[in-house]
Parts: sequence; C-alpha cells; structure tokens
Amino acid sequence: MSGIPHDHYEPKTGAEKWLHHRLPIVGLIYGTLMIPTPKNLNWWWIWGIVLAFCLALQIVTGIVLVMHYTPHVDMAFASIEHIMRDVNGGHMIRYLHMNGASLFFAAVYIHMFRGLFYGSYKAPREVTWIIGMLIYLLMMATGFMGYVLPWGQMSFWGATVITGLFGAIPFVGDALQTFLLGGPAVDNATLNRFFSLHYLLPFVIAGLVILHIWAFHHTGNNNPTGVEVRRGSKEEAEKDTLPFWPYFVIKDLFALGVVLVIFFAIVGFMPNYLGHPDNYIEANPLATPAHIVPEWYFLPFYAILRAFTGDVWVVMFASWITGGIIDAKFFGVLAMFGAIAVMALTPWLDTSTVRSGRFRPMFKWWFRLLILDFFVLMWAGAMPAEPPYSTISLIGATYWFAYFLVILPLLGVFETPETPPATIEDDFNDHNGTPAE
Amino acid sequence: MLKKLAISAVAALTFAAGGAMAAGGESHIEDVDFSFEGPFGTFDQNQLQRGLKVYTEVCAACHGLRYVPLRTLSDDGGPHFSEAQVRAYAAENFEVYDEELDDTRPAKPADFFPGSNLENAPDLSLMAKARAGFHGPEGTGLNQLFKGMGGPEYITSILTGYTGKEKTQAGTTFYENTAFPGGWIAMGPPLEDGLVDFDDDHANDLHHMAEDVSAFLMWTAEPKMMARKQAGFIGVFALFILTVLLYLTNKRLWAPHKGKKTA
Repeated sequence: MSGIPHDHYEPKTGAEKWLHHRLPIVGLIYGTLMIPTPKNLNWWWIWGIVLAFCLALQIVTGIVLVMHYTPHVDMAFASIEHIMRDVNGGHMIRYLHMNGASLFFAAVYIHMFRGLFYGSYKAPREVTWIIGMLIYLLMMATGFMGYVLPWGQMSFWGATVITGLFGAIPFVGDALQTFLLGGPAVDNATLNRFFSLHYLLPFVIAGLVILHIWAFHHTGNNNPTGVEVRRGSKEEAEKDTLPFWPYFVIKDLFALGVVLVIFFAIVGFMPNYLGHPDNYIEANPLATPAHIVPEWYFLPFYAILRAFTGDVWVVMFASWITGGIIDAKFFGVLAMFGAIAVMALTPWLDTSTVRSGRFRPMFKWWFRLLILDFFVLMWAGAMPAEPPYSTISLIGATYWFAYFLVILPLLGVFETPETPPATIEDDFNDHNGTPAE
Repeated sequence: MLKKLAISAVAALTFAAGGAMAAGGESHIEDVDFSFEGPFGTFDQNQLQRGLKVYTEVCAACHGLRYVPLRTLSDDGGPHFSEAQVRAYAAENFEVYDEELDDTRPAKPADFFPGSNLENAPDLSLMAKARAGFHGPEGTGLNQLFKGMGGPEYITSILTGYTGKEKTQAGTTFYENTAFPGGWIAMGPPLEDGLVDFDDDHANDLHHMAEDVSAFLMWTAEPKMMARKQAGFIGVFALFILTVLLYLTNKRLWAPHKGKKTA
C-alpha cells in the first residue's frame, strides 16, 4: 500500500497461493502490519493504538450494556441502576464504558495536538487529517448522545441546551430543533433516536478509522523531524524505517499497558471522579440544575460557545451588519463550530516550509500557549457564565482563533526555521547512537 | 519522554475534573474520615447495620430507597445480615402493594425498599453519589482526588449542620443549615443525641448517628464498591505485570538497532 519501497507478501504453500489468487486478504494484512515505519517515532506516536483500543472497548462494553438497558424515559434511569446492582459484573462494565469515553477523548486530544505540533496535517497528509477531524466530530456526537442515555439530570438538561444550539440558527432553527428532538421538547422520542444513533455512529467511526489508517499508510507516517523517508531504493528506505510488526506493535502495546494501568486505577478506585453528581438524579423536566455543565471533554468548546455574549463588539458588529440575523446566541454557535473548523483547515493555514515544530523556534512558544489556552478554556467552561470567567473565556477563545487564523499563516513568513536533519537515520542515531555494524 | 507522557496524562485527568465540579455556594462540608475511602477502604459492616437502623427509625418516615432491593441487605460487601434477619426486617418494617392481591402485604426480601412518603422528600438510594461535597480549589475539583467526592460527607454535614434558627416563608418553615446550598433547608433537624439506640451499644450522639447513616447511604448508592475495588486491584496488578514484560520485550527488540549514545 505504501509508496515506501518494501517487501511484498509472497504466497508459498499451495493453500496460500489458492487463496491469494481468489482473495488477497493475507497480503492485505501482511502489507498493513509490515508497513515501513520511521524508526525515530517518539512516545507521542502511541495514541493511535490507545484510540483503536478505546473504540473496541466502547463497542464491546456498549453491546453488553444494551442487553440490559431500556431506552424509555420511565425506565432508562432504573435500568441503569439494574445494571449497577443486579447484572453480573454490570457495575464494572458500565464504569468501563463511562470512563472509557473519557480515556477516548483524552487520547484523541493528545493525538490531535501531536499532529498539530509535528505538522502531521501538512501535505501530503491533509486527507488523513480531515478524516481525523470527521472522526472527532462523530466522537463528540456519539459521546454527547451516550451521556443522554442514563436519563439523569445532566443528561436531560445537557440535551436540552445542546439541541437548543440548533434552534439558534436563523429562520430554520425552530423547525430543525423540533425535527431533531422528534417533538417540541426533549422527551421519549429524543431518547430513542439518541439511543439508535449512539449505537450506529461507532460503526461509522470504525469505517472512517479504516480510511484514516489507509490514508496514512499510503503517504507513510509523519515523524518527529517531519523529514520524509528516503524512497530511492529498498536499502535506503530500510535505513530510515523498521516494519510496524514487531517493532512498533510491541512498543505501542507497552505504552497502552501504562495507560491502562492508570485507567483501571480510575475505574476501580474513583469511577465517578470524571462524571457529574447530578447525573445520579433522575431527569426532571420541571427542575433545572443550578449549573448545567457538559462532560469535561466538551468544556473548551463550551467555553467558546458562551464567550461571545451580546456585549462583545464583534457580536454587536455581526448583528448590526446582518440586520440582527446573527444574534449573540447564533454567534456563539458559529464560534463553537468555527473553533473546530479552523483546526480542520490547518493544512492550508500553516504557511511554514518546515513541517515539524521541533525546528520552529517561534512556533514552539505559540503552540505551548495554545495548549495552555486549551486548559484555561476547559476550566472556564466549567465555571458559571459570569465575570471574571466570561472575560477569561473570551480571551481564551480569541487566542484560539488567532492561533489558527493569524499566527499560523504569519509565522511561515516571519519565522526563520532551523535546519532539520538530512535523514531520519541521522535523527535516530543522534538520539540513540550509531549501532555497531 | 515517558515521564512527560505520564505528566501529560495526569494533567489531562486532573483538569478533567472541572467537569465534575458544580459551584456549591459557601456551604461548609466537613471532611469525615470514613472507613470506605481510598483504594483500600472497605465498608464497616457494623456501621452499615447501625446506619440501617437510623434510616429505618428516622429517615424512612419521609424518604425512600426505591432502587435498593431488600434482599441485598444480606449481600457480601454490605450490611451482610443473614437471610432470616432480612426476611424478618422486611416483614416488620415495610408494607408493600401487591398487584396480585390487590392489597398491601408485609414486604419480602424480593421486594424493593418503599419509595418516599412525602412528595418533596427526595429518594435517598443514590443520594451519596448525587451530591459532591468538595469542588475546589477554584472549581477544578482537584481536592476530590485526596478527599473523595464528598457525597457521604455532604449528608453528614447536612445532618449535623443545623444552627437552630428557623424562618417561615410563604407558609413553609425553613431551618438554617451551614451545609445546605443557600443556607436554608425545608427539612427539620431529623436527628438529635440519643434518638436511636444501637444493639452494639455504640455511641449514639448526633455526630455518630449522622456518620453511620451516611455510610449506609453510601452503600445503598454503591453496593458493589468492594467488588469494584477488588476488580480494580486485579486489573491494575495484572496490567502492571503485563506492562513490565512488554517493557522488557520492547527493550530487547530494539536493542540491536540502537547503539551506544555518543553525545
């Protein structure tokens, strides 16, 4: 599959040849597993495996949970308690699924920021990046709908707030919101469709994951130097790479083990730490919680949503120029989705000739500030929408957009990058020493 | 690099706690040192039995435990009564409506605890998980890592937090309470020193009773806590061994491709 020269699968026995002529599936698996991989990949490259594991974990635990869950407004909450109390091992399966979502998002954020730092989005890997962003969007939809299923207070009110975002769209908003909810308010119809989609979307994600892997197997992996593998001959390529199996499989499994030790400690000893206590209260349409807070992994974007209030000048300007069609609420929705859209556009916003942030002295600092900004927004998103938190959110949101829309394009012009090593082999030997021949 | 990874993972998790926070006002929550806290903590069977007694004689007058099956009172990792004791307890204390009889009958272990008798008295089954006592510092929820979520502490603090002041608003009496968000609660002080006598002659002052019933409500909210922690230990231990083996395998595997560091 890969453009990097390497050995291909050769069927040897009669049976292998027989199958290979009819369905070259062994060759496909061989090609996928033996892909030449830059040997200088560092530990930030292990999160793909963690993510694949998360998807499998969520699907397997989810399928078991569905066997005991009842998607009905009168029974959903009680059926969760049934799982927690009466189903054999049910409490562990449910806590694995609950915290599995958190691990999934923690891993996807690290994976994305790794890509943003090392320029993995740059040509020729734009399609891998775009597919990744689509996966992330679907993950958010799936995570949000999954959180509604236990039918606790945060489930219900989170669903009300988030579907309300669609209601903010001018002209068609109300009709669209009613269509999405299956009625005028969050009710049984909403719960049922969210359940259906929560079961469906992970399989769509699985399909996109295959495309994601296919795309980067075609272009070859990026690596910490951003220097491409030499492709002149197989011998040359082999100096820069090692096959994925066994070198990177074992390395990734070791890293996955470390991550899972921490994960199991959380599931076993503090499974509710990342959740919201209010979701242990059954949904009550008549009682609004004091603070409606989404799951932690939505908080940065929730902060951006709430940052743009009616007294911010860009919002007033947008409202004035569109004759009031874009109000503060709709502006917030646009900002939230825009914050994700600018990430998707990074391949075309980054003008630097050097791929990896390792060799970009100014970029490094702006990037570190972006990471800090992400955590500040996460914190601000959990706080009440009042000063000083609203101001902090606004500053954070402004930097988020400035990073992608202003800083990245300008840095390519103003920054003098350092010279990356000539080859991956050089970089690897610099870090690990030259092996004895 | 590994260290960096570990730090980033911990950072992600700790910041994540923001999601678990809810501004709790200025209420005062006392940090009680419960036996079931921490990875090694277990329920104190005698305390759960005392807590059940407080619940039955006091709380159950208004509140319910509708998600808790009576039979689970004899489960491992809980109050662990004998089945005969549970049968007797159910029949003595609760009447349930039976559809087949179209009448009420004494409760059996197969029944659930009854729900709340008063419309505005919340069900207590999950109360210890539905409240978080600790949110700080600055709303990050980081102190939950050290103190626990604070649900049982919240219940204890409510039960012991009455100042004795009352006020009447629109025909309803409110009682000042230092733990309740907003400071005024509609529930009158339910416990007082010596209200319930324990079979094991344990101290029955207000504070001890409040702790006992809070521990019991933690069990009703999380009856499988002991099994969960055990599974956690097995998981962590097995994965740790596996990870060490993978580390050694990985080191050996890569060794021929790495030389001695010159720089």
